[in-house]
Amino acid sequence: MKKKEKTEKHLLAVLVDNKPGVLTHVAGLISRRAFNIESISAGYTEEPDVTRINIVVTVEDENELNQVMSQLGKLIDVIKIVNMTRLESIARELVLIKVHAGKAARADIKNIVEIFRAKIVDIGPEDIVVELTGQQSKIDGFIEMLSEYEIIEIARTGAIALSRGVLAAKEM
Amino acid sequence: MKMNGAQAVLESLKKEGVEVVFGYPGGAVLTLYDAVYKNKFPHILTRHEQGAVHAADGYARATGKVGVVFATSGPGATNLVTGIMTAMMDSVPLVCITGQVGNPYIGKDSFQEADVSGITTPITKHNYLVKKAAELPRVLKEAFYIARTGRPGPVVIDVAKDVFDTEIDYKYPEQVALKGYKGENPGKDSEIEKVAEALRKARKPLIFTGGGVNISDTTPKLRAIVERLGVPTVSTLLGIGTIPADAEGFLGMAGMHGSYGANMAIQGCDLLLCIGMRFSDRVTGKVSAFAPHAKIVHFEIDPAEVNKNVEVDLRVSGDLRWSLEHLQAKLDTLPDDFRGRFRPWLEEAKGKAAEHPFGYREAGETIKPGALIEKVSELCSRDTIAVTDVGQHQMWAAQFFKVYEPRHFLTSGGAGTMGYGLPAAMGAKLACPDAPVVLFTGDGSIMMNCQEFATIADNDIDIKVIVVHNSILGMVAQWQRLFYNHHYSQSELKGKTDFVKLAEAMGVRGARLTKKEELDTLLPRLLAEKGPLLIDVIVPEDEDVIPMVPGGKRLDQMVLGGGE
Repeated sequence: MKKKEKTEKHLLAVLVDNKPGVLTHVAGLISRRAFNIESISAGYTEEPDVTRINIVVTVEDENELNQVMSQLGKLIDVIKIVNMTRLESIARELVLIKVHAGKAARADIKNIVEIFRAKIVDIGPEDIVVELTGQQSKIDGFIEMLSEYEIIEIARTGAIALSRGVLAAKEM
Repeated sequence: MKMNGAQAVLESLKKEGVEVVFGYPGGAVLTLYDAVYKNKFPHILTRHEQGAVHAADGYARATGKVGVVFATSGPGATNLVTGIMTAMMDSVPLVCITGQVGNPYIGKDSFQEADVSGITTPITKHNYLVKKAAELPRVLKEAFYIARTGRPGPVVIDVAKDVFDTEIDYKYPEQVALKGYKGENPGKDSEIEKVAEALRKARKPLIFTGGGVNISDTTPKLRAIVERLGVPTVSTLLGIGTIPADAEGFLGMAGMHGSYGANMAIQGCDLLLCIGMRFSDRVTGKVSAFAPHAKIVHFEIDPAEVNKNVEVDLRVSGDLRWSLEHLQAKLDTLPDDFRGRFRPWLEEAKGKAAEHPFGYREAGETIKPGALIEKVSELCSRDTIAVTDVGQHQMWAAQFFKVYEPRHFLTSGGAGTMGYGLPAAMGAKLACPDAPVVLFTGDGSIMMNCQEFATIADNDIDIKVIVVHNSILGMVAQWQRLFYNHHYSQSELKGKTDFVKLAEAMGVRGARLTKKEELDTLLPRLLAEKGPLLIDVIVPEDEDVIPMVPGGKRLDQMVLGGGE
């Protein structure tokens, strides 16, 4: 069978027990089932014993998406999985970019930063560190603009998301 | 009650009704073994940790109870890996308790330290690393619950050495509190309705029964449904025993080495009820051409199995204990004369099957493997538990040994683990002391855990070990013969090993059969003997397992011809 292009991207909010070993279980599953993960991030939530893992997964079709969701659902530590892409939701990612900024380039970089509503968070004689929060496409565009200058390094968090409205993922 | 962690483990095992532990001691579990000593807890000392885990597996498959294993840290625990993976692939409930180095030594590459929870994550239903003694009762309670409920599977509990020594105030929880796991899996009535509708419209329905029926102990319900419908049935390798071998319309095992009748029925049916099976590549042949005319219905407890390998038309989710009961009840309310309506199809399927039954060609005085297994089957009572290793003999056992009851054919299906048989047969016999246990193994497989003859002798475990001895790794050689130009690369075993002496060296009697007539003159007496026995049966090396669906071919593209 020919593999189709993997085009569909989904952001899954995975609520898990905040226990040791849970990240191993999730990461281990992703690797052994050969799922395509674009980003993964985890953090505490409003409940002290629950961690929210945000996974951006690329799949080729609905069947593969169902496989990802049901295989994750089989993990004992996984309490709930919500596909944020299928909901009215707000997704954000944070990026820090360190870019070479000699005197000549500084003004231009500041310009780009303003246009994208990013922030300069550190500045040195040779470099600037900028911060941007936004949707992935905006961050990609920002990095593309800055790549005309010499980017020293990039750190991205991966996307996280919340649905609109009063309902929490755990109640869905 | 105050007690140390080791005692807490044993108390919990008693509460779970554990009758026997299979294990092997070592540094990290010394305190645990001291508790075994003080409690006189029933324990079988195997000669290798792999033997312990397969024995627990055989015990669990034969009974449905959770098999329990103890092993020490590092190499003790990693020796369990093959057995845990074997249990995971075939959904066998195990709880493996391994010692870990003491808390202060974890992560320091200490003596006999291995990241057991990391290593076993992909091959367990769940695992734990216990670093605090207070967690032990809850973890044990959860582990047994997880292992035996839902789709069963192995659970590993890795316990830091000092946890066994730490005193706790012991109280075993009454219930588990798991937010992300439900042990109960009811299905949906609407899905049952759809199956009933499909049956009313079908002309050629076929029931395809899998290991899930054995695991869920739903054989009586399944058999009642088959009786009500009067349809032909086929099984997977792990589904053997769910339908009695001599039942009308039972066409045998399907798949790569399945029967002509079973494979043709799958390709010809118009409604395929797949019950507790997972469409392994060994059973489907070319996936896109599997059951091309059929509406496929999948009865399955594990949502991740539905549409994983084969896209199905209808799903029936939930535990078979729920769904088969509801289907049976639904069928009872219908006025349809299913038996009458499906009779022509049943006759058609039986007729096809009769064209090419499993067979072998006699050749002079030599013993043909098919003839051997047929004869053993004839001599065994209906309650005999047959265990196999992996390879040609496994397929011949599946083809020629007649199994009548559930949990009476134990074999490593998904994993295909050579070396599974001897310890698993031992576990099965300990679980079911009243049932005769016969193991079919090969001269390749038996060497992979032959140290367990010592355990069998020391505990006088009455199993009959039949070595189908062809002096070659038969299945490897068969593929080399068919697809690699007869290049028998590293598959020939023309060694000097004397299996009779090997068994006798460890305290198990042995006998050898070399001529066809001995199947009649010697074999009946040998099988009737009391106590463990190895029977080394010399067979030709160039026999093929047939029929065979070559990889990537459709189920109806079987090779039916004989070997060389």
